[in-house]
Amino acid sequence: MSFHAALRKGVKSVFLRFEEALDAPFGGEDNPLRHLGAIGLYLLWIVVGSGLYLYTVLDTGIDAVYNSIGYLSLEQWYLGGVLRSLHRYAADGFMLVMMLHLLREWCYGRYFGFRLYSWMTGVPLLWLAYIAGIGGYWIVWDQLAQLSAIATTELLDWLPIFSEPAARNFMAPDSINDRFFTMLVFIHLGVPLLLILGLWAHVHRISHVDYLPSRRVMLNTFAVLLLISLFAPALSNPPADLASVPGELGFDWFILFIHPLTDLTSPAVVWSLLFVLTALLFALPLLPHPRPDPVAVVDAANCTGCNRCLADCPYAAIAMEAHPQRPGLKLAVVDPDLCAACGICAGSCPSSTPFRRRKTLITGIDMPQQPVNALREQLEQALSRLEGGCRIVVFGCARGADVKPLAAADTMVIPLLCTGMLPPSFVEYALRCGADGVLLSTCRESACEFRLGDRWTRRRLQGEREPHLRRTVPISRLQVVAASSHDRTELAEALADFRTRLESQVDSDDRLQPYLRRSPHHA
Amino acid sequence: MLKPTAIVGQVILYGAFAAFIGYFATSPKYRQIPDDVALIKLSISHLGERECRKRSPEELAKMPPNMRAPMDCPRERSDIRLEVDLDGQPVFHTVMHPTGLYKDGVSTVYKRFEVKAGDHRVTVRMNDNLVKPGFNFVKEEAIKLKPGQVMVIDFNPDKGGLFFK
Repeated sequence: MSFHAALRKGVKSVFLRFEEALDAPFGGEDNPLRHLGAIGLYLLWIVVGSGLYLYTVLDTGIDAVYNSIGYLSLEQWYLGGVLRSLHRYAADGFMLVMMLHLLREWCYGRYFGFRLYSWMTGVPLLWLAYIAGIGGYWIVWDQLAQLSAIATTELLDWLPIFSEPAARNFMAPDSINDRFFTMLVFIHLGVPLLLILGLWAHVHRISHVDYLPSRRVMLNTFAVLLLISLFAPALSNPPADLASVPGELGFDWFILFIHPLTDLTSPAVVWSLLFVLTALLFALPLLPHPRPDPVAVVDAANCTGCNRCLADCPYAAIAMEAHPQRPGLKLAVVDPDLCAACGICAGSCPSSTPFRRRKTLITGIDMPQQPVNALREQLEQALSRLEGGCRIVVFGCARGADVKPLAAADTMVIPLLCTGMLPPSFVEYALRCGADGVLLSTCRESACEFRLGDRWTRRRLQGEREPHLRRTVPISRLQVVAASSHDRTELAEALADFRTRLESQVDSDDRLQPYLRRSPHHA
Repeated sequence: MLKPTAIVGQVILYGAFAAFIGYFATSPKYRQIPDDVALIKLSISHLGERECRKRSPEELAKMPPNMRAPMDCPRERSDIRLEVDLDGQPVFHTVMHPTGLYKDGVSTVYKRFEVKAGDHRVTVRMNDNLVKPGFNFVKEEAIKLKPGQVMVIDFNPDKGGLFFK
């Protein structure tokens, strides 16, 4: 194992433990580490919203800018002051969440294959966020702005891009004029606009994007920022004076850390660090990584053009085109570059129902590595071998808890690419073909490797999304367990509890009518 | 409905988030230079002299009448030599090269020196035409720097050359 792979594995292990620990107080839907992108976007909207107000009241001029911001913080603290503080703290929160998002996606290995585009478009956003953040501090034009402006231009001057040192603009109090602030405001608006445009591109190739976290997370996060704003409002330092060096200053380490780093080392070291890190981030996808799994395959004869795979695909890998043989109908087409090989499309296809009588079940869209027909055959053969008074079929996500150790004489296990690839009709099929109960082991809530597998599975089983589980299926004979790879014990206990419950209702009359599939003559 | 333990857990974790953001947004405080130190910024942007040559009458005669400029001035500018002494000790010397593909742009230097506040003697010598020996601009002055003060060494031919402010 390479050093990078070992490092990534180690960080992932720690991160995953933290992430799963947060499930206890937050639950999957509100777990902040599972929704870092959405929380980041939410914080950005707070920054944009509060910034719009600040922009309308800001006077651009050397003294005017300082005075107008000071007025907001001191005289109009209840509105302008709070919004200014929200602007700052939400920006700090955005930086923190953005770096955590980067760390999570890296350590989970989400930077190659079908995720390559999102990774590559995400890297430049880091630069834009920091440029916007540092520029924001300059606008106040207090001593911190002075320190940052001079330190940034001195850093830039190390690069051979200006014929005259940019730091000469800050040599003396008469070096700058009011137009400097007009330019700054435009930069502080323009760069965030570019950032938003970049974010649009970043999520462009995924569908059902979580643009915002859950309402509870939004309210709580806003309350937290509001509390900090009230108890530790953002205030200006003394006004900038280019004839002297600022003394000790309260320092925003989320955004301005680069200045102490430059003072501690040198511009050469800092630029080398920044360029090398950026190059490494861009080069990560070039490192050796597992071969991609076979992508979904469409069978034109069985595709009805119903759009369900298009609606369910988490990565917008499916498009609908005119059917070549059936005028007026559409045909699903898979983009192999975008396909995650999760099989969610196969689970959404109405042709995937095992009740079809054809000897070989060919569905409209299928996974070559685990075709629906093989799944049905595996289920039928295993059901015929199951013994005991309480026979249970366990379907489990191969990326969640390992279900194989649960196999026994009265328990059959079928690992799936993702539980989203299981058509709900398979649950009914298993129950009607001899199983006493079906246990479905999904990933933890919102922890699906393919984003939406657990969500679609639950909604389909609850009848909220097509293809849905028929209402005639007794819900007491179905158990859904959310279990990660660390939850083997919990899964085994859940299976034991389920078995006990089924055994206690052995005489109940909720059994479905047995089903025996017969192949038609023309099959 | 959230369990009481989950509510307590969330309060603790949101509190930790608030504390983390609130603290590192302003703390620990940062001081760029020690409080008994002042800053001398050397920042010069100047066009070096050009090596002009007087054309001979024969050369001028061979030229079209409308182009008979008496001096032949090439596009390139001279390098600029600069030396700085502080309290009699050399602290910096450099040769500034003209910018531009044809070496016809300004020569620049930007350097900062952290010095103890107090009395000092600063000497700056500059030669903007290296064909000639020595230094054609010299500025020497006793200065008194307060803690945190920024003193700039600059050059402006309209202000008599090198100057401190």
